[in-house]
Amino acid sequence: MKLRSPMEIWGYLPGTNCGECGEKTCLAFASLLKERKRKLELCTPLFEARYAEKRKRLAELLAPEIREIEIGVGARAKKIGGEDVLHRHELTFFNRTALAYDVWDTMDAEELNERVRRITEWRKFYIGDFLTVDAIAIRSISGDAGRFAECVRAVAAQTDLPIVLCSFDANVLEAGLKEAADRNPLVYAADKANWKEVLGLVKRYKVPVTLFSPDLDTLSSLALTFSSAGVTNLVLDPGTYPTGEGLAESFSRFLRIRRAAILEEKKVVTYPLMAVPLTAWMRYGAENALEASYWEAAIASVFIIKYADIMILHSIEPHSMIAERTLVANIYTDPRRPVSVEPGLREIGAPTEHAPLFLTTNFALTYYTVESDISSNKIDSYLLVVDTEGIGVEAAVAGGQLNVGLIKEALESYKVAEKVNHKTLVIPGLAARLSGETEDATGWTVLVGPRDSGRIPDWMTTNWPPKSGS
Amino acid sequence: MRKEEKKLTLADIARFLEKYDVLELEDVTIKGDVELELGGSPGVALPPALIQALQSLMGVQRPQAPEGKELGELLPARFEAARAEWAGKIEEVTIGATRAEGGTRERTVTIGGERSLPFYNFDFEMPHKPVISLDCFDMPISLAKAVREHYEDVMEDPGEWAKKNVREFGAEMVTIHLISTDPTIKNTSARDAAKTVEDVLQAVKVPIVIGGSGNPDKDPEVLEAAAEAAAGERCLIASANLNMDYERIAKAALKHGHVIISWTQLDINAQKTLNRYLFKLGVPREDIVIDPTTAALGYGLDYAFTNIERMRLAALKGDKDLAFPISCGITNAWGAREAWMKNSPIKEDSDWGPARYRGPLYEIVTGLTLGLAGGDMFMMMHPQAARTVKRVTQMLFGAERGDDKAQKVEIADWVTWAGEVVKK
Repeated sequence: MKLRSPMEIWGYLPGTNCGECGEKTCLAFASLLKERKRKLELCTPLFEARYAEKRKRLAELLAPEIREIEIGVGARAKKIGGEDVLHRHELTFFNRTALAYDVWDTMDAEELNERVRRITEWRKFYIGDFLTVDAIAIRSISGDAGRFAECVRAVAAQTDLPIVLCSFDANVLEAGLKEAADRNPLVYAADKANWKEVLGLVKRYKVPVTLFSPDLDTLSSLALTFSSAGVTNLVLDPGTYPTGEGLAESFSRFLRIRRAAILEEKKVVTYPLMAVPLTAWMRYGAENALEASYWEAAIASVFIIKYADIMILHSIEPHSMIAERTLVANIYTDPRRPVSVEPGLREIGAPTEHAPLFLTTNFALTYYTVESDISSNKIDSYLLVVDTEGIGVEAAVAGGQLNVGLIKEALESYKVAEKVNHKTLVIPGLAARLSGETEDATGWTVLVGPRDSGRIPDWMTTNWPPKSGS
Repeated sequence: MRKEEKKLTLADIARFLEKYDVLELEDVTIKGDVELELGGSPGVALPPALIQALQSLMGVQRPQAPEGKELGELLPARFEAARAEWAGKIEEVTIGATRAEGGTRERTVTIGGERSLPFYNFDFEMPHKPVISLDCFDMPISLAKAVREHYEDVMEDPGEWAKKNVREFGAEMVTIHLISTDPTIKNTSARDAAKTVEDVLQAVKVPIVIGGSGNPDKDPEVLEAAAEAAAGERCLIASANLNMDYERIAKAALKHGHVIISWTQLDINAQKTLNRYLFKLGVPREDIVIDPTTAALGYGLDYAFTNIERMRLAALKGDKDLAFPISCGITNAWGAREAWMKNSPIKEDSDWGPARYRGPLYEIVTGLTLGLAGGDMFMMMHPQAARTVKRVTQMLFGAERGDDKAQKVEIADWVTWAGEVVKK
């Protein structure tokens, strides 16, 4: 965004403090626009004819530095780009890196179906929600338009995920577009050899397109040419060399493009970036699958952090997908989100007075993990959330934020003894060293639970209910 | 904004003022950042609409291709990006001392010295590559199976363990964790700990890191004895922190010629405070490494990443309290359940696959992430994870410069890649 302060934004608003947007003052609304927490459309007076010019200018000035584009349609359509900062703490990153996993047109039908199914259905629970992946990249290995069309048709019929159509042959791409243009696929790619044909195609089919060149002057030329021709839903691929000096140079190209786009107002390169960690496989080969998948995930990590908006990956093994998708979740989490949850006594399910009582910290991540482990396994229980200043168990024990005094105070202030009849507290395995002291200070029986709350179900079978007299 | 060669006439400006109806912008002023030579009066403040208009005039914005005209060739464009210059420089810290320097190490390791963000060699060449120290412990400890299988034969003997780290896994440094000294574990004595340190120093010739048990009451005594036993070796002592008698540890490190780790928990202000306390105690700047805390992938890595990145940016901007090399305990990645647990405890998850594949990758991703935030030194455990983090960071550092083999891979061929190893 081109405006640097709420005051600058305020200059474009009506300044009547009418409250239509839900805020008391135009300045308050301006602050929220600056943080990108509100949409301009909420300012209804600005849409009156007399403000038309101001509105238009403001909309332009508020637009993110990196163009936001959408691939796919429907519920699983994915926005990429739209970024405004180089470092997440400066505001937040907005549209997480899209992870596209590949299929190819030489797969037999059964193999293809199975792979598309696995990519489409993949999910992993993480902090209160399921992570999924974002797109399927269809590669034309055959170079045969008919075969590619058939593959695209099969994929489109089976998944609602966005699609990336991959070939440098415009005829092949067109065969794919004929099958799936209505799915708003991303075309890969135009380069300096085929750009005329591809430009014609994407104008005709009105779909987003990737421009490829490791030479940044050429890449800028391509972007300038396409945007001048009215095609602005662009993705830039500056090339992902998998190893050695090539990797270092690829990395520096990503950094320099994004920095120029955000800081230097280079109009030409303000588009989402694509990385292709799949190139790792070209060095290792399919027969060295484990090493290739590690190298691919390592390169993916580098470019998830800086600054790929979409990437093409090959390994759909669980270890790859879990690690890659979790890193995306971490880097794209809004850092303005609170670190801690409210301390207190939570009821999980429908606990009775015999239900177990677990203790955890108010670090959001710890809390949501423990909470989901207990509830997903349908263990009716109480969860005592103590205020460790938003620090996790292990670190809070080491740093003294989780201590006996705090536990005693929490038991008393949340009147836990009125809820359960057993005076038995289960503490995290990582807090084992506090067990003796806690028993002495509180008079409660302390059981040391597992080191990871994922093992609570197992732990319950041997440890709960506690043997009488203990 | 870059100064442009192209001359502007006042008539040009007037035309743009008119076109963009600048009267509408009367409440808006921008101070600074914009420089324009106007009849010898530089630094005029201009409304944003005008800035854009002027940029467009000066050719910063794309020229519009004539409507409807067939494009014959690519429109020419050049990519230019300015170098970032930072005011600050990270302290250079050397760990280990050779015979000539009063120790017995065969080589030393130097970290830090950066004047740019990590691997931004186009801004300023990174002077030292990140270094990896492999962990060993003074007693057998419970480890994920994927890690344990590499160390099972040496877990009873810290000297052998350290040796294996160097000989078999190529460790540039070794960390000995004196974990058995914790009163709630074995409560071994400070003297026992000193003996262990001597054994490790005997066993390997690389620089070493000496870690306590993390017990704030016991560590000062233990690390003091260890520092004395390792006098002159310029070890890295881990660590001083705010909730313990850090003064005792700092003084022991100072007296016996060691480098000290200043450890805080994801808190920039605490890090500044502790560092200032260390300055006050007379610890020289070149004897300080900071550990702002590592959290595992999926378990707070975002906080650790941003905490380190902010510290490094602050240091580069000139905050001398934070201008130190950063050490990261990447082994913490194994705390993530995904790194070791057989199956997902969440029934609705897709299959997690074998744990032995997940663990090393969690360590790799955690390491690389913090390396990109500003980490200079990684304490790690799984040999393959350490190897991968080392390779990637060395490549980004530029250690393989001149090796142009990878350049010869036709990367655009990924589209048609059919499983083969692409020949050089």
